[in-house]
Amino acid sequence: MKKIKEPGMSVIVKTVARLVARVMLLFGFYVVLHGQVTHGGGFAGGVVMALVFILIMLAYGKEGALRTFSRTGALTTAGIGLILLVAIAFTGYWRGHFFANFLGQGWPFEFWSAGVIPFLNIAIGLVVLGSLYGIFAALTHFHSEEEEKQ
Amino acid sequence: MMLVEKYLPLFVAIPLGGAFLISLLGWKKRGLPEWIGTLIPAGLFIYSLVTLWATTKHGIVVHHLGGWSPPVGILIGADGLTAFMLVIVHFVAACVALYATDYIKKYTSPWIFYVLFLIILAGMNGVLTTCDFFNLFVFMEIASLAACTLVAFGTERHELEAAFKYGVMNTMGALFILLGIALLYGYTSELNMADMANIIAAKGPGSKIVTMAGVFFLVGFGLKAALVPFHAWLPDAHPSAPAPISAILSGLIIKSLGIYALFRIFICVLGMTPLLSSIFLFMGALSMATGAIMAMGQTDFKRLLAYSSLSQVGYIVFGLALGTPLGILGGLFHLFNHSVGKSLLFLTAGSVEYATGTRKLNEMGGLSNKMPVTGTSSLAGAMSIGGIPPFGGFFSKLIIIFAAVQAGHIGYAIWAVGTGVLTLVYLMKAMKQAFRGALAERWQAVREVPMRMRLAMLILAFVCLTGGLLLIPQLKDLFLNQAAKVLIDGRMYSKIWGGF
Amino acid sequence: MILYMSCFVLFCIGLYGVMRKRNIIKIITGIIICEYAANLLFILIGYRMGGRAPILAHGTVIENMVDPLPQAVVLTTIVIGLATTIVLVTLAIRLYEKYGTFDITKIEELKG
Repeated sequence: MKKIKEPGMSVIVKTVARLVARVMLLFGFYVVLHGQVTHGGGFAGGVVMALVFILIMLAYGKEGALRTFSRTGALTTAGIGLILLVAIAFTGYWRGHFFANFLGQGWPFEFWSAGVIPFLNIAIGLVVLGSLYGIFAALTHFHSEEEEKQ
Repeated sequence: MMLVEKYLPLFVAIPLGGAFLISLLGWKKRGLPEWIGTLIPAGLFIYSLVTLWATTKHGIVVHHLGGWSPPVGILIGADGLTAFMLVIVHFVAACVALYATDYIKKYTSPWIFYVLFLIILAGMNGVLTTCDFFNLFVFMEIASLAACTLVAFGTERHELEAAFKYGVMNTMGALFILLGIALLYGYTSELNMADMANIIAAKGPGSKIVTMAGVFFLVGFGLKAALVPFHAWLPDAHPSAPAPISAILSGLIIKSLGIYALFRIFICVLGMTPLLSSIFLFMGALSMATGAIMAMGQTDFKRLLAYSSLSQVGYIVFGLALGTPLGILGGLFHLFNHSVGKSLLFLTAGSVEYATGTRKLNEMGGLSNKMPVTGTSSLAGAMSIGGIPPFGGFFSKLIIIFAAVQAGHIGYAIWAVGTGVLTLVYLMKAMKQAFRGALAERWQAVREVPMRMRLAMLILAFVCLTGGLLLIPQLKDLFLNQAAKVLIDGRMYSKIWGGF
Repeated sequence: MILYMSCFVLFCIGLYGVMRKRNIIKIITGIIICEYAANLLFILIGYRMGGRAPILAHGTVIENMVDPLPQAVVLTTIVIGLATTIVLVTLAIRLYEKYGTFDITKIEELKG
């Protein structure tokens, strides 16, 4: 009996990926949200969130991952993040300067502190999530083209 | 706070915002990328004229990002030289964007072109307006990467090869610059350029670290500006890009990323020394001759123009490195003329390619009969670059040669005259092969390019023709003298700037 | 001093890779090595003897900490390096599709 080749890796990897994915996503979101009070921030959290989808792509194959998060979706996520970033920067003109911190600063080590920086972190997190995953998806695109030729 | 001062970051923010908007919506809505991509450079051109007016009135306009003052905050500022460059960049970029609206239709997914075009614009504006050394590096990388991607836009064999070469060499240049920045940061503990200049001046000359950083900057910015020992990427990369991007690369990027940054740093921050000046003179003269000689033997229209760019950049560096007021004036004026003229020539080469599908000069001939607008404007550009009297390029070359004689470099002056003759020879040869003579059989069906492409070429040709008018005293005071004053004053200028 | 010098040595190793190697992937690796050398130099310049990480936490007093600015700068440089590497790798993949080789001497068609 010839075994039909399934896309993706072995069942162990798939199970672990399924179990870990949501926790990783939550952790990435935590890192983004707590960027103003802990180490990390938009970039680090965004990378963790992007790694979740890259993990799914590695474990389940390209089609499975692109069903959960398409290339267009990645591009839109990055675009929304970038627009949000520029919009926050422009809102700073309300206080007279580009990128001015127009919200109250609050106290250090509290969650609601540092003015606009949490929002900037969220915007950057979206950008990094979208662009890193988009790049990875785009690079796999080349690979599949080659396979089709063979 | 003054209005220009308040809205100075828009030069970077608006192109970036436009690029993000296109990447979000542009691939769905047809026509939107073209509108955004054309209106943004045109609008910023008007704003750059306002900035020019403000700098002539107030000297320097500075915006404190986020309301933070130095030494903590990052500044965005414009002086005479910046405003001069901003006007050139936006004028050429607006014409090129207008041209691209029709030209880019032959490629798939034009929205990617506009996203990258606007990112290049943002990067160049960032390099021009920033007062912070590290931001200069960041914006330079943004512009270079977008340009590298655009060189590969056609994804054919040669385009990919040229883009790889361009990418590798520009990244190495950027890394040399980063090493230089690291050394200077270690020496001065500052990243603000004006403060850095003050500290370097206060610590006195003869520091080995500053010399070493200077060498790194020379290599790095030399790679970006394609001065002769570091020029290998230019003749491949510039012809391979789509015509509007060739015009941007040749007309603007090597000038704002290369020459502007080079002289801003060497004159305003590190301080010019006689040794450095003679190195630049030699490199400029070498670039002039190498470019002109290599251009003589080319059969590819765009490749010939790329070598011509190499030669003309040599003239600009030569003029600026003379260090005399006349030399700097001539160098800056030649920068303006070359930006306009070479962009025009690349656009006409693109038009010929658009209409006939070839870039080989020996396959063309007699195209002027079928494409009168392209032929005429191409001739105007060639005459401006070649240095025929009523055109702008003649006056700028004349000033540079006079300045060389005045500074006592008779040998270099003769060298420049000889190269000027060579320039005229190869450009006129190209014009004759492409546009004069009998029309070949296979080009009988060739038609003139669409209206917006013609309009863009005619605007640039008109500026080529009237470029010499900028030497009228009133206009000269407004435009050229302000920019020249920054470079003539050199480090004195950042003393004023640093006095917050 | 030796530490600073070793950064330059590392940079030169990368430069050697870029200039002498014929494989595209090795050239890209050379660029990455150069980039790490530059980043390392920047971080070392900001280092202070016995300094601790420049992070404010509950109940700590800031006394001897390393310079935070180079760290912020290097973070940005790493992101730029990521973008550069991705562009170059993408170009390398496309070049391999077109030419069927990673050897730069076989790819070189543009001359003169």
